[in-house]
Amino acid sequence: MNVLTAPPHHKITVAEAEKTILVALIGQPNVGKSTIFNLLTGLNQHVGNWPGKTVERKEGSFTFREITYRLVDLPGTYSLTANSAEEVIAREFIIRERPDVVVALVDAAILERSLYLVAELVALPAPVIVALNMMDVARQEGFEIEPEVLEAALGVPVVPMTATRSEGVQELLETVDRVARGDAYVDYAPKPPRIRADHQEVLQEVEILIDGCVPDPYPQEWVALKLLEGDHEITRMMQDCLSDEEWEAVHDVLRAHDDALVAVASGRYEWIGRMIRAAVTRPRAGQIGLTERLDRWATHPFWGMLILAGILGLIFWLTYTVGAPLQDLLDVYVVGALGELARTGLVGAPAWFTDLVADGIIGGVGAMLTFLPILVIFFAVMGMLEDIGYLARAAYVMDGFMHLMGLHGKSFLPLFLGFGCNVPAVLGARVIESERARLLTILLAPLIPCTARMTVIAFLAPAFFGSAATFVSWGMILLALVVLALSGVLINKTIFRGQRAAFIMELPLYHLPNWRTIGMRVWQRSLSFVHKAGTLILVVSVVVWALSALPGGDVEDSFLAHIGRLFEPVGRLMGFDWRLTVALLASFIAKENSIATLGVLFGAGDAEAGGLAEMLASAFPASTALAFLAVQMLFIPCVATVAVVRQETGSWRWTLFNLGFLLVVSLTAGIAIYWLAHLAGL
Amino acid sequence: MRSRNRSRAHKAALSPGSNDKVPLSTLHTGEHGVVVELANGRCMLGRMASLGFTPGAEVTILQNFGRGPLIARVRGARVALGRGEAGRVYVRRSI
Repeated sequence: MNVLTAPPHHKITVAEAEKTILVALIGQPNVGKSTIFNLLTGLNQHVGNWPGKTVERKEGSFTFREITYRLVDLPGTYSLTANSAEEVIAREFIIRERPDVVVALVDAAILERSLYLVAELVALPAPVIVALNMMDVARQEGFEIEPEVLEAALGVPVVPMTATRSEGVQELLETVDRVARGDAYVDYAPKPPRIRADHQEVLQEVEILIDGCVPDPYPQEWVALKLLEGDHEITRMMQDCLSDEEWEAVHDVLRAHDDALVAVASGRYEWIGRMIRAAVTRPRAGQIGLTERLDRWATHPFWGMLILAGILGLIFWLTYTVGAPLQDLLDVYVVGALGELARTGLVGAPAWFTDLVADGIIGGVGAMLTFLPILVIFFAVMGMLEDIGYLARAAYVMDGFMHLMGLHGKSFLPLFLGFGCNVPAVLGARVIESERARLLTILLAPLIPCTARMTVIAFLAPAFFGSAATFVSWGMILLALVVLALSGVLINKTIFRGQRAAFIMELPLYHLPNWRTIGMRVWQRSLSFVHKAGTLILVVSVVVWALSALPGGDVEDSFLAHIGRLFEPVGRLMGFDWRLTVALLASFIAKENSIATLGVLFGAGDAEAGGLAEMLASAFPASTALAFLAVQMLFIPCVATVAVVRQETGSWRWTLFNLGFLLVVSLTAGIAIYWLAHLAGL
Repeated sequence: MRSRNRSRAHKAALSPGSNDKVPLSTLHTGEHGVVVELANGRCMLGRMASLGFTPGAEVTILQNFGRGPLIARVRGARVALGRGEAGRVYVRRSI
């Protein structure tokens, strides 16, 4: 019998039509969730974070048959056991917010595995609709799926669809509408999986022990199941709710059956097996698909590396041929023109005010805007590689190497692209699922020598070292990378206590990129950069500008110079005078600022003219020069990087830790290099 | 080619007791097995189960170069596993 054509349960009332209906979208990773989310909501969506978490929260709305629906995109998760923040967020939302409908997206081509999440969902008290996505891929792979049979077996509505071609969207909306109305749901009768037969008694035992003590709104049987699965959050919750003796009794049972997790999971797969035997036939199995053929190259230890290197080369080429000129254009025609405009517009105003607007504020806005071309390219490329399915392969190829530093294979691409600019490197860490590896990647990203730092090195190294400049520059890059690796090992061993990030990751099927999904992602990420990081960049830029311009308008007598003099004793450990210290401080707005500041402080006029180089070379010995270059390389990053570190870690504590760490590391390295060079007679 | 020969030799050597459980990491590219035991820590066990690894699951090795991570097909999905993780999944070879 078709669930959907059963007699209506009750008619929709006016009051119900006016209230918005809450729909949750959930699915395992790589099932096309964003595509469907974008299809349904279009531009009616906004992106934020889940409260207190660094997990992205997408919410949008759409109207269907004059009813407004609020659609919440839950994080992609393989299960609902508290392995990660994503899983906790997803299940807490369903249990606490009680969405009117839960749309569970399933990959028809990997039906057996992707129904695992559904097996968990049907045990929760919210009506589920299974959206059977990627029907086209399933057909190509040789599966024949009968949605009606699956529907009858599951006891919940099943809607076949191919989101990339917008097929099945209308049917999905109609089904959501019916379920939300409570219509036809006399027969909404999910048949949740049961724990494997040999553990059914244990489950009952636990249920009896916790009977009446489970806090609202958690379903009792579900809590018992989660206890047996060893779920940390639920275990802690029940430990708090039960008296010591009661908990002791529960704990004894759990300890005697610490293999129960496998029984619970097996029970779910047995249930899935029954569904699949009923609804799926696979007449031609075992043929080699496109994915297998591509993976022979993409995941090969040698060819895979070569392909990755090629892709990285292409990204850098794109950044320099498209991004850099765009950056210049923005700098000259937008920021420059705005500055001019402000100066002419403020002719009568006091000089300090004109400077504040033209140099401080517009300069700050410019500092932020010029990041955009690079960021857009980066987001587009990362989005495309992720959407195609290549990102997982790159991670696979690089995992062994990255693990040495306590990182994940997925850390490689963002970190490597940090050679262009650290900002996208930090933002790119989002692709890493493991929270710890993600945090470590963010903390280490500022140690990658970015283009701006290399510009400074490229200017200063020839000034100090003449023909040995190339050697020194490469030495500095090597230094930064060695420090990065050592810091990774150190942070991993101490703060994360050497817990190794386990490597287990799905390699999704390759498919053609969905430009709409990628476009939306680029748009949202860029917007959120301007919105969140932009504010901080602007404020800090204005403050540092004010420090360097006040009270007199010259850097030499500015507050910044005073601060530089204050820190002179630290600088002297490396042979710095206050001017080098001020140059370092000024590089906080943008790394290139060091050179301009040195130019002003040494009265060399135009820094690029060459006068500065000679002055510097005659003013400092090689040991100080080496130390200065090293500190410049490892020093706290520019404000834009700090802003995104704050944005992505969601915590000032980690941001300050990162700054403190880099400060200590850079100064230690600087002092060590100075004395070593000094002792070597340089 | 050579690895295929070696795998045959391996199988021959084990043939009397081919019901023995072996770590997944010892299976060669193209070989199949059925999971019999997961010896991972509890937290890892949950992740592995949600990705398809439970006792009774059929596994096919899609890539194993003898070192570094390997790729297995389990329950219709391709999953990459670290060598350490794969060493704690015990399987029974099936032909």
